[in-house]
Amino acid sequence: MFSLERWEEIFETISKNKLRTFLTGVSVASGIFILVILLGVSTGMQNGVQQQFQRDAANRISVWTGVTSVEYKGLNPGRRIQLKNRDYALADRKYKDQLEYKSALYRIWGGLVNYKNESGSYRVEGVLPDYQFLESEDLTEGRYINYSDNDQYRKVAVIGMKVYNDLFKDKKPAVNRQIEIRGVLFKVVGVYSDPGGEREEARVFVPLKTAQKVFGAGDNLDQLAFTLPQEDNFEKAVKNSQAFTEKLSRQLKEFHTVAPEDVSAIRINNSLENMKNVYATIYIVRLFFWFVGVATIFAGVVGVSNIMLIIVKERTKEIGIRKALGAQPLSVIGMVLHESIFITIISGFTGLLIGMFFLQFISPYIPFFQSDFIYNPTVNFQVAVTTVLILIIAGAFAGFFPAWRAARIKPIVALRDE
Amino acid sequence: MIEIKDLHKSYRTGATSLHVLKGINFSVQEGELVSIMGSSGSGKSTLLNILGMLDEADEGSYTLDGVPIKNLNERIAAKYRNKFLGFIFQSFNLINYKSALDNVALPLYYQGVSRNERMEKSYAYLEKVGLADWAKHLPNELSGGQKQRVAIARALASDPKVLLADEPTGALDTKTSYEVMDLIQGINDEGKTILIVTHEDDIAHMTKRIVNLKDGIILDDSRVQQVRAIENV
Repeated sequence: MFSLERWEEIFETISKNKLRTFLTGVSVASGIFILVILLGVSTGMQNGVQQQFQRDAANRISVWTGVTSVEYKGLNPGRRIQLKNRDYALADRKYKDQLEYKSALYRIWGGLVNYKNESGSYRVEGVLPDYQFLESEDLTEGRYINYSDNDQYRKVAVIGMKVYNDLFKDKKPAVNRQIEIRGVLFKVVGVYSDPGGEREEARVFVPLKTAQKVFGAGDNLDQLAFTLPQEDNFEKAVKNSQAFTEKLSRQLKEFHTVAPEDVSAIRINNSLENMKNVYATIYIVRLFFWFVGVATIFAGVVGVSNIMLIIVKERTKEIGIRKALGAQPLSVIGMVLHESIFITIISGFTGLLIGMFFLQFISPYIPFFQSDFIYNPTVNFQVAVTTVLILIIAGAFAGFFPAWRAARIKPIVALRDE
Repeated sequence: MIEIKDLHKSYRTGATSLHVLKGINFSVQEGELVSIMGSSGSGKSTLLNILGMLDEADEGSYTLDGVPIKNLNERIAAKYRNKFLGFIFQSFNLINYKSALDNVALPLYYQGVSRNERMEKSYAYLEKVGLADWAKHLPNELSGGQKQRVAIARALASDPKVLLADEPTGALDTKTSYEVMDLIQGINDEGKTILIVTHEDDIAHMTKRIVNLKDGIILDDSRVQQVRAIENV
């Protein structure tokens, strides 16, 4: 297999048919190239989705309300359901031991915030201390809201990086400075950053009770947010959160006299469940991409097979001479297989390298590869190894039929062939 | 060396069957130089193919150097050819992208001889046929006579028991033919058994024994006074 003669022969035949070998190589190389790009895109989609989920805690469960859509116990549809402090108290009481983080939220869209001459319009949200973790925020300065802020109705605020950058042009620490929210003075106690980026950082958080009082919300709430403790097993985590979601939904619907089948009045968003669905979709897409890629390689392989058949036909006489001189059928098979695997691997590697080069250095300049849905498309080492294995198998497959035919050549027939 | 008894061979093409060899009895001792003569269709090439294990007889026995040659599969046939036989063809059948030296080395490659030894031996045989200076040349850079000499060196390289030559001078002019025959006679003088198929009378008379074939049977088998080729060049 590794004898010098064999290699000499392969290079000899290839150099005699440069163009033909090149064209065959191109078909295999483009197949691998397409496979690599497709796999890169599917990895990119996965990364993109992961990034979307990073905005909030991955296992967050959110509850909000809307309008009833079903008549229930003599109540007409179209009734607006409003979350109240007692809903949060109910969930808190019943699931105290099961929950990891919990918070209620009251929100004002577009609250005007000023500092001296700078101003901007941001989401202002009254929250409880756990909310930091529900949003997966990191503090860059100061502290987050705590329970005594809330209990004592303190006018304190935690602002996002974007808000900080907009309002504090001097770039000096924001803590202890006074900002105005809808004309009411609040003291900044902390600045946070969020992996979800600027959109998530254009927010201001204040204690829940302060918000309800200052903005005249009574005991109204906009949202409840929870997480369950982390599980090592993803499937188990999904199952637990589904069970929790179902129970909570049933209790809240009962509490508000909402039909059990009504999905619009009380809505619960379970991030884990969403993530599972998205991952399942990506998995399907990935499978499909593999299928397309492998089918493309197959087309290339058929090309190689075809060429090898022609080569065997052209070399019929030579193979006859070799057999007359004592070549074993196995050595003839080896000769043809070797050449076919060699052509496939060389051209396949070229395709692999071009594909990886493309993903690494060229795709950053193409908008499609850098959209919201695709982030950092790459192929990892494992995929590269798999592709190489596919190549070797493909090469062997491409060479098999021609080699078989070559082995069956009868020397007497081949030598007569003038 | 070669022992053939009651050899039959027929070819079937569609419904018609052509009986080519109709009971050949024939033996060759070690060191003989035999020519097989006959017009085309006489079956001489078929006989040579069977002797060369390129084809198999329908009936009869064939013993080569004490080994019965029968029920050959491809693997064993290849092994026997490599071990027992050296072929010389009318059209030389050199591999045209390999140098003269590499061509000569090919049977040794299939014997599994190491590269260095292979090259050394091949070079020695090229020297023997007077082409040492042409070792690195490709076949298409050689004249017909030179090509046949390379082919003879190749046939000798594996040190076979018997050389089989199918019209070795068929593609050469008279002068070159005689030079090649001189070489073959020299090899025979060293004790090698050689069989030559030819339809040329003068070439046949340069061997020691002529077997005449006609319509698949041996018409005549007689020893002759060998004419030395060198005297006619």
